[in-house]
Amino acid sequence: MSFFEILRFAVGGVTANKLRSALTMLGILIGVGAVILLVAVGNGSAKQITDRIAAMGSSTVTVQSTSRGTTGGITLETAKALKDPVLAPNVKTVSPVINATSSTMTYQGSDHAVPQFIGTYPSYFAASNTPVGSGTAFTDEDLAQGRRLVVIGQTVAETLFPGTNPVGAEVTVSGALFTVIGVLDEKSSSSGFQDANDVVVAPLTAVQQVLTGYGPVNSVIVEATSAAKVTDAQAEVATILDQRLKVTPTTTGNSASSTPYRIQNAAQLLETQTQTASTFTVLLGAVAGISLLVGGIGITNIMLVTVTERTREIGIRKALGAPRRVILTQFLVEATMLSLIGGGLGVAMALIGSQFTIVGVKPVIVPSSIVLALGVSVAIGLFFGSVPASRAAGLRPIDALRYE
Amino acid sequence: MSALTGPKPVLDVRELTKVYGEGEAIVQALRGVSLLVTQGDYVAIMGSSGSGKSTLMNILGCLDVPSRGQYLLDGVDVSRLNENQLALIRNRRIGFVFQSFNLIPRTSAMANVELPLAYAGVKSAERRRRAMAALDRVGLADRADHQPNQLSGGQQQRVAVARALVTEPALVLADEPTGNLDSRSTDDVLAVFDQLSEAGRTIVLITHEPEVGDRAKRLIKLFDGQISSDVRQDGAPHGGRLEDQQTILMERLR
Ligand SMILES: Nc1ncnc2c1ncn2[C@@H]1O[C@H](COP(=O)(O)OP(=O)(O)OP(=O)(O)O)[C@@H](O)[C@H]1O
Ligand SMILES: [Mg+2]
Repeated sequence: MSFFEILRFAVGGVTANKLRSALTMLGILIGVGAVILLVAVGNGSAKQITDRIAAMGSSTVTVQSTSRGTTGGITLETAKALKDPVLAPNVKTVSPVINATSSTMTYQGSDHAVPQFIGTYPSYFAASNTPVGSGTAFTDEDLAQGRRLVVIGQTVAETLFPGTNPVGAEVTVSGALFTVIGVLDEKSSSSGFQDANDVVVAPLTAVQQVLTGYGPVNSVIVEATSAAKVTDAQAEVATILDQRLKVTPTTTGNSASSTPYRIQNAAQLLETQTQTASTFTVLLGAVAGISLLVGGIGITNIMLVTVTERTREIGIRKALGAPRRVILTQFLVEATMLSLIGGGLGVAMALIGSQFTIVGVKPVIVPSSIVLALGVSVAIGLFFGSVPASRAAGLRPIDALRYE
Repeated sequence: MSALTGPKPVLDVRELTKVYGEGEAIVQALRGVSLLVTQGDYVAIMGSSGSGKSTLMNILGCLDVPSRGQYLLDGVDVSRLNENQLALIRNRRIGFVFQSFNLIPRTSAMANVELPLAYAGVKSAERRRRAMAALDRVGLADRADHQPNQLSGGQQQRVAVARALVTEPALVLADEPTGNLDSRSTDDVLAVFDQLSEAGRTIVLITHEPEVGDRAKRLIKLFDGQISSDVRQDGAPHGGRLEDQQTILMERLR
């Protein structure tokens, strides 16, 4: 009997019981698809964080105020003092940042609550790696004059100015008129909690005047002269801050237990998030493993449930004079077809699924996960498809026919 | 008749014993059956339920092996044959009709009948032609595309007969091939067996119906795993002598 004939028998076997074949393939499909996709999501979130480290630039240091009151913390004076050619030769720029949280921006009757309304220096754009896409950034001159100008993020632009060019438009923020002079480049949404494009950047002086008043700043972004000098710059900044904050009379005793500021470079800042991401990946890996297991059990189950029926069928075939080799080949080909089609569909499903953003993460397929998932499922399919068949083919026809 | 002289033996069974199970649940299905069937013979086996007819038939069909005793098929000791040789014998030499049909589920009558030919390596077109002819012979040409669960018990039985005949085997072993058939279908199937017999093929069939047994050239009765009578019949459907014999036998069975 030619292999082609056996192949036709196998196709006949697969199509004879469509429900069983479909369920087997579904089991493999889910197992393979879930593993590939979940690993891709984990990988995608890890990759996003790496990207973000790269995006933030390895040469910046962020100083955050940890005291809660309006009195303590880093004042604008302190922030300015960080740029000192003598005491801090490795500091290139200093950008104090104040955040007027939940300000509402209005344009022609439509409102938009901006979660991050940042007041800062022009150097912020370079230091925080948020380049202006269209229009311009504000200048030192604008800062000095306290001009009411804003550069808006993509989300803000899309919400308030759908289909139109926002540059030059006049918007109202808490009753004050601001002019839009630029739109930021699209940023990858990195933290997962906040839309990095839902942001407005304005001159610090204007924000203080109109929105926040002249309290301490939220944070200071310090840019070192080069990536290699980050540690030096960090130390210099720390020294200045220690001096400054000790002599400042407003510093109260309640922050004695720790320094009233926290200083982190980009890597440190993202370390926590990287840890979170790796926990996430491990978790997803576990879920993926479980789905592979469940898929495997599903396949096993269906294959085993049909053993009785198939054993009888093998008994009939043997009684009609089918050689053992032909029976084995047929059942092996059947199992291979089911596993491969199911696995292939699973891969296809994962590839399609990875085109979508899942829980704020763009999945990135890991090729080895395809190999692993496909390998394991196909192996399970082949094993449980062919082992009972091989056992049945070894029985005497009458025993196979009586099998229960 | 002539069977006693010239023709060579096809089935030669010596002191065959079959024991099922072990310990308490032990069943002696066959207790020393010896039997010689020559080429072209037409043998009917009768006997009460559980007397070991199917057990004997399965052994004759090389589907099962005896616990003790020897079985020579065409002069060859079957126990010496390997797996592949047995497969070849089941495929080429023997046409077997099961008591319980044993059709492959969810597979058309046609495909079921084609199966032995496929294993014999017959080409697809030829296979279809011969399978169709075999189905036609048992009067089921119009049911060729039906699956077993779409056929009545009698129709399934006839498909099973067609499947056994399609390879034109020299030896036909049929376990109650007319068990589920009405008298007309029974006649049809028996006519097929008669034709086969006339063509010189060896036939062994099991039956519960005396009319069926009467048509055979030789009638063997099994009782409790042993041959209780072995009578050569003259082929006349209903001879008075035969009826006498049967009553005598019935009394012996009690
Ligand atoms: N696989 C088995 N295991 C145990 N006992 C068996 C097995 N097959 C048959 N038997 C027993 O062997 C005896 C003979 O069975 P067999 O099937 O040969 O009977 P039979 O003559 O064909 O009966 P029927 O006319 O009802 O088909 C019975 O007592 C039966 O219970
Ligand atoms: Mg029986």
